[in-house]
Amino acid sequence: MDLSSINPILLIASIMVSATPILLAAIGEMVVEKSGVLNLGVEGMMITGAVVGFAVAVNSTSPAAGFLAAAVASALLSLAFGVLTQFLLSNQVATGLGLTLVGLGMSSLIGKPYEGIKSPTLPKLDIPVLSDIPVLGRMLFSHDLMVYLSLVLVACVWAFLKYTRAGLILRAVGESHDSAHALGYKVVRIRLLAILFGGACAGLGGAYLSLVRVPQWTEGMTAGAGWIALAIVVFASWRAGRVAIGAYLFGGVTVLQLNLQAAGADVPVALLSASPYLVTIIVLVIISALGAHGAPASLGRPFHASS
Amino acid sequence: MNRRTLLSTAALALTLGFGTAAAAQDVTAGFIYVGPIGDGGWTYEHDKGRLAVEEAFGDKVKTIYQESVPEGADSERAITQMALSGADIIFTTSFGYMDPTVSVAAKFPNVKFEHATGYKTADNVSVYSARFYEGRAIQGHIAGSMTKTNKIGYIASYPIPEVIRGINSAYIHAKKVNPDVEFSVIWAFTWFDPAKEADAARALIENGADVILQHTDSTAPQAAAQAAGNVITFGQASDMGDYAPMPRVSSIIDNWAPYYIDRVQAVMDGTWETKETWDGIGPGMVGIGEISDAVPAEVKAEALALKDAIAAGDYHPFTGPLNKADGSVWLAEGEVADDSTLLGMDFYVEGITGDIPQ
Repeated sequence: MDLSSINPILLIASIMVSATPILLAAIGEMVVEKSGVLNLGVEGMMITGAVVGFAVAVNSTSPAAGFLAAAVASALLSLAFGVLTQFLLSNQVATGLGLTLVGLGMSSLIGKPYEGIKSPTLPKLDIPVLSDIPVLGRMLFSHDLMVYLSLVLVACVWAFLKYTRAGLILRAVGESHDSAHALGYKVVRIRLLAILFGGACAGLGGAYLSLVRVPQWTEGMTAGAGWIALAIVVFASWRAGRVAIGAYLFGGVTVLQLNLQAAGADVPVALLSASPYLVTIIVLVIISALGAHGAPASLGRPFHASS
Repeated sequence: MNRRTLLSTAALALTLGFGTAAAAQDVTAGFIYVGPIGDGGWTYEHDKGRLAVEEAFGDKVKTIYQESVPEGADSERAITQMALSGADIIFTTSFGYMDPTVSVAAKFPNVKFEHATGYKTADNVSVYSARFYEGRAIQGHIAGSMTKTNKIGYIASYPIPEVIRGINSAYIHAKKVNPDVEFSVIWAFTWFDPAKEADAARALIENGADVILQHTDSTAPQAAAQAAGNVITFGQASDMGDYAPMPRVSSIIDNWAPYYIDRVQAVMDGTWETKETWDGIGPGMVGIGEISDAVPAEVKAEALALKDAIAAGDYHPFTGPLNKADGSVWLAEGEVADDSTLLGMDFYVEGITGDIPQ
């Protein structure tokens, strides 16, 4: 075993890249769930974002346009979920699962002509001064823009939910939609906005996969990342900071186990391979044991003003 | 449409149906794929084989397929479904479909089954595979000749004989040209997961590998190598020529089309019999993609000579003296490995460190 061949600087840089798509999708889903809606369609929205972002980036040769289009497309897809669950009161679990299936199917249809093409990818930002810091510069300050945007987004969501009036209303809607309704807040409208935001974030996460992490389009390329994002929201007990920790932990264990294998670590490979999931489960168990759940009280319950 | 035209149309359709059936027996060929047909690798090539069948027989054959069927219990359902829907011959194209295929075949004695890369046969189950290790010998030769860091990364899928054979073959031939070469193997436990494959490639590169070999199906490792620069890769299952001349410097191409056409023809003629097929470079089931200009001319010439020697049967990639990783003697000087050992290979050859996961 030669663990010295693992370079911690490169390792942490890799972790940041591998955690970003899950982080984006998870922070969006957290806002959706905070408003009391359970959208299980994250995987479908992510892959839609991946394919639309890729198609637009290839055709316009602008990755920025790709990210924007991915956010819009996934938000539109989530709007379908919003209309079905908020106006037509369809079952949220079933509709969310349907959304995943629709997204997976539609994306493979849209993606057919784009197989085997390389996409323009985001340039790595070499932030002046900061990226010249010895060790830290390479590790933290020479990524592409989206890595930083995702972290800024987490901070914004945290501040929004904690300090703003609108954030308070969103949480109120998620805790007790009847009370919020009685106070005169437009429950359905607020939830639709949250769903749109969640969709846009999932789309960005998907586009990050197809434009930066893998830089190409292949069918089924999200390979369960959306489900991991859903698990991380629970893992984080619906707190923004913990969502970031969860995503980095999951991304970190994933990348670390590959590095340990590459370095020839003397640990059973099956154990290494399962370790991201094992660690997630262990932390979930610990959190449950501590009793800090924090699930919004109205999560998954349908709301209609007449009831 | 009123009832009379409906009836006459139905009658016409019936006559036409019988007409063609009398002319040549219609055959429905089904394919079960482990990945999406757009993976650019393994499933993509099987689907090219399916399209070649359609092209060869035109209206006389109907093909159906199902993509991204998970291995295990779910595949049994998919194969049963395909047999029920009237397929005459079903190709199941991944190792993990072996037991489900055999179990479904027992329930449908009139349907022919063809399982790729397995070893269990029955009266209506044939197995077929390609000697990919012949192609991997050539890759190993190029890899060993071109590495500067002497570290070669290998993204492996599942610890099955097929994959282990590939690692051994590549290692033996890399070692021959470069005694200092070291292999780092990452087990991905997936055939197709672009994000994971990209991460695995990056992890290998960050650990010093400047050659990446892969036994997974997507082109994500190529993209990762391209981003890293100065790392070479090989196309897996398919040419992956979009990444040529760098990082992809050559490839192993699976060519299933002749076999598929042959077997569908046998069903049509009523001559289909259980068979075990294991063909390599010689009969053309394994192709070597163009060796790009990034490879020095003399290495390219050596690689092509090796290819010709294997194709002609003059050279076997597993020729002694070879020891197993635990130091015990496997093949004596000049001895050639027999097929049954190769098919059940569950050990590394001497020089590869690390354990094979159980």
